[in-house]
Amino acid sequence: MNTSLSWIKKYVPDLDVTPREYVDAMTLSGTKAEGYVKLDADLDRIVVGQIQKIEKHPDAEKLVVCQVDVGERVVQIVTGAPNVAEGQKVPVVLDGGRVAGNHDGKMTPGGVKIKKGKLRGVESEGMMCSIEELGSNRDMYPESPEYGIYVFQEDVAVGESAVKALGLDDIVVEYEITSNRVDCYSVIGIAREAAATFDKPFHPPVVAKTGNNEDVHDYIRVTVEDTELCPRYCARVVKNVKIGPSPKWMQRCLASVGIRPINNLVDITNYVMEEYGQPMHAYDLATISDRHIIVKRASDGDTFVTLDGQERKLDHDVLMINDGEKAVGLAGIMGGENSMITDDVRDVLFEAACFDGTNIRLSAKRVGLRTEASGKFEKGLDPNNAEEAINRACQLMEELGAGEVVGGMVDVYPEVRKETRVAFEPDKINALLGTELSDEEMIGYLKRVELVPDRDTGEIIVPTFRQDIQRTADVAEEVARFFGYDNIPATLPSGAATAGKISFAERIERLARDVMEYEGFSQGYCYSFESPKVYDKLLLPGDAPEREAIRIANPLGEDFSIMRTLSLNGILTSLAANYNHRNKSAKLYEIGNIYLPKELPLKELPEERKILTLGMYDAGDFFDMKGSVENFLRKAGMKGHLEYDGQAGKSFLHPGRQAKISYGGTVIGFLGEIHPVVADNYDLGARTYVAVIDIPAILEYCTFDRKYTGVAKFPAVMRDLSMVVPKKIRIGEIERMISQRGGKLLEEVRLFDVYEGSQIEAGCKSVAFSITFRAADRTLSEADITGVMKKILNGLESMGIVLRQ
Amino acid sequence: MSDNMKEKLEQILEEATQKIQESDALERLNDVRVNFLGKKGVLTGVLKSMKDVAKEDRPMVGQMVNETRAKIEAHLEETKARLEAALREARMAEEEIDVTLPARRREIGHRHPNTIALEEVERIFVGMGYEVVEGPEIEYDEYNFEKLNIPANHPAKDEQDTFYINKEIVLRTQTSPVQARVMEQGKMPIRMIAPGRVFRSDEVDATHSPSFHQIEGLVVDKNITFADLKGTLEEFARELFGENTRTKFRPHHFPFTEPSAEMDVSCFKCGGRGCRFCKGEGWIEILGCGMVHPHVFEMCGIDPEQYTGFAFGVGLERIALLKYEIDDMRLLYENDYRFLKQF
Repeated sequence: MNTSLSWIKKYVPDLDVTPREYVDAMTLSGTKAEGYVKLDADLDRIVVGQIQKIEKHPDAEKLVVCQVDVGERVVQIVTGAPNVAEGQKVPVVLDGGRVAGNHDGKMTPGGVKIKKGKLRGVESEGMMCSIEELGSNRDMYPESPEYGIYVFQEDVAVGESAVKALGLDDIVVEYEITSNRVDCYSVIGIAREAAATFDKPFHPPVVAKTGNNEDVHDYIRVTVEDTELCPRYCARVVKNVKIGPSPKWMQRCLASVGIRPINNLVDITNYVMEEYGQPMHAYDLATISDRHIIVKRASDGDTFVTLDGQERKLDHDVLMINDGEKAVGLAGIMGGENSMITDDVRDVLFEAACFDGTNIRLSAKRVGLRTEASGKFEKGLDPNNAEEAINRACQLMEELGAGEVVGGMVDVYPEVRKETRVAFEPDKINALLGTELSDEEMIGYLKRVELVPDRDTGEIIVPTFRQDIQRTADVAEEVARFFGYDNIPATLPSGAATAGKISFAERIERLARDVMEYEGFSQGYCYSFESPKVYDKLLLPGDAPEREAIRIANPLGEDFSIMRTLSLNGILTSLAANYNHRNKSAKLYEIGNIYLPKELPLKELPEERKILTLGMYDAGDFFDMKGSVENFLRKAGMKGHLEYDGQAGKSFLHPGRQAKISYGGTVIGFLGEIHPVVADNYDLGARTYVAVIDIPAILEYCTFDRKYTGVAKFPAVMRDLSMVVPKKIRIGEIERMISQRGGKLLEEVRLFDVYEGSQIEAGCKSVAFSITFRAADRTLSEADITGVMKKILNGLESMGIVLRQ
Repeated sequence: MSDNMKEKLEQILEEATQKIQESDALERLNDVRVNFLGKKGVLTGVLKSMKDVAKEDRPMVGQMVNETRAKIEAHLEETKARLEAALREARMAEEEIDVTLPARRREIGHRHPNTIALEEVERIFVGMGYEVVEGPEIEYDEYNFEKLNIPANHPAKDEQDTFYINKEIVLRTQTSPVQARVMEQGKMPIRMIAPGRVFRSDEVDATHSPSFHQIEGLVVDKNITFADLKGTLEEFARELFGENTRTKFRPHHFPFTEPSAEMDVSCFKCGGRGCRFCKGEGWIEILGCGMVHPHVFEMCGIDPEQYTGFAFGVGLERIALLKYEIDDMRLLYENDYRFLKQF
């Protein structure tokens, strides 16, 4: 919503503030000014001049030399403008002044400085201006010539400010109106707020009775079949319309808010729409069959050609304005081509109606036509506004001599909306705001916006244009707005103290972030939605459960259409981006949800599982990744045995380099190298490793509890074992055998060498462990060691392992 | 005899002292020790010749020998310490390093700016006694809209803003549904913040993302006032943006609060004088807030006659972008290391 300040001042004449003061105060009282444009920001020293004499330029065929009276003196100006004539009054920028741009409409930020100089040898002191040079255009000032100097048509005083004469000494303010303040989508509504904000008298237009002795009911009949979708329909008739330009003041008002003046009839409907926020429509009465307006729903499959010549498809939920035979308008959205006003119109039917906002919004969307009018209606207008607006329009028709208004108004308004009442509870208001305002102070603020107390009932009477005020909290806001939010004290909540806390799961996540960062991984944020093609990229089989993903009904496109069931795509996409940006290596982690539906289509909320995903390229191998995972799990208090199963069954991982990770019998995640085909699918040219840890799965094993177990008092005994092992036996199996056989005395088994090569027989590998034994209560004897070593060696032998000598 | 002996011992001491002084290395010093004090050493030799000393002189001679020995040992020790110190000094002199050579570092990863900002906010509110809670990202329409006073057909529910799974289930458009979920549990008083991911149907550009993050705050208790809302959020702003931060509350409208406000903070770049950063305004819009709407209380089973409360919602990305001067929201989701490593 835009308005010019001068238009506001029409209704608040005592308003005397700078633009800055105005927008700041309005914003603080709740009518947020997004900003304002000073129309004359780049205009300086521009006056009305009168051309006294025009002579040919001695040396240039296309130039003329003008003597221009600029008030206190006469200046000589050389111009190439084709339309100058002696006696014309024109805007003149004096030496040292500024204009906003070029005559071709190109604006120069800060303006263009005009200095006196010589044009082809002849002195020129200033410049006569086109409307474009003044920062506007012919749309807004239709009387301007297509090429050449702007020429004043009205009587303006020579030497006066031309900026003022053109109405450019103004600001246009852009407001952000919240959806609850429908009344402020109008100049009057904003003016009311301005008057309240600055505590100045508010003078809305006085709408006098209009119309001749005839009765409009003899001209038109209105039937509303669906009063729910059309709670009120007002119609008036203006006879013998004389189409012509509207007066300059009206054109200037419209121009200031960016509406192009067209003719008196159109301008009046636009003017009233801006002024009252009430869209109006004008029909050529001659085109209305049977002189009968019927408001009813369209039928499914109907079509209708709107004013803009487009054919629109209709359905039963679209409300139409019909005459006795046919549809003539798309209610609240746009009129029909068939009832359009043309220049030879004689009698006009004005419509000011109130339509159901939601219906208009949805219809406009389905029909694919959002107009200025539908934009206003969809907010849900006050039906009482329609009557005032239509009468205002008729008043303007009369005042401007644009036609003869027929007496009376056809008004279909079965359920009259009346003012409402809200209890006035000053104590509650003070308690809610934390203020100590007196009743009278509150009433003073409320009266400013026409919320009047009824002292007999202890209520506030709420006018119908303030449908947003329904309870005490709403009244409290009105009080607070004009008392000033800034004046409300700042305190801290009283009452019982509460302990701040974060959940255990959140603490584990924070630990994961800390550990992963010290492991060299940086945190990424990935999207929750992705393309179903991701599953193909990850080589998931057609029946993979991960393909059972939740679909968004109205996605932003295929690429954002399903909720991820697997976290890998995000991290792989991010790694690929790094790779393609030629980052030498990258290590990323992400903690984010996957979404697992219990059934599809979704009937209840899906399970959301938080997943820690790690990914890296050119920054280590499988075992580096494994180490990072273990460092986190150990820090999270998971001190027990981690099981790695090489058969993880992940299609997207290298078949020989993947592992399922289990702890305490629960699968908690997996890790591995990305399958070369998958790497290709993501354009990742480096070996890439990933690990995925399911946070909910580990939570039951995580703990921040620690128990001290004492440091060893007795010496340890170490034995190194070097062995030849058939290749197919995994190190983990040997470790497990040593651990089992080592029993209580075994403290640690540490692998220190694996070797395959020429000195080792084919099909075998050489493996060496360092084993530490210790007892908590004594120094181990040679016999202890011999005994336990024998058990271990027997065990190894049973696996087909030969000790190396 | 004893005089003779005394003379001899003095001579030994003198000789030893001289040898010790001449020793310029620990090995030589050791030779001196062996020569004088060793099993076959000079002094030991004197002791061995004790049998030739008159019986009555022996204790005195013995004492003299011991004294001599002690003196030599003291000399030896002192010299040894001196030599060792010299040696250490020489070694350290040789070991001097160029401390300006580059450090040898393991690459440490970087936290995402969103998370840094989030942890800041969490720290502030946890310190004020708030609990951090979470709610589902895929949410019932009922919680995302209806219980927040956004009835069916409200423009905010438009498909152009909201991602729908079906008629009843949406991708939450705000973290506010967590308010309703916590209030429904009915445990009073409530002081909570709920950070989390939200979704809006916005195409990706420098200032929009279809998925971003909010932090919701809610306080419900007896006698909570708008003044408390102001005080709390002013404190928050000063903690987050600095002690000198000023705040401005402007009336606004949200369906689930009344009265409602938006809070601006004085530009932390220019201190409020107006700069390019705050578009010359001196103020930066930070969050929306208000007193919990009585109808929302009613829908969540809380008696609005007994309880009042305030709620607020902050855009996490907004804070991260402002605080770290990031000019393009897309950077937050690209995860380019060149970006991440700056945090």
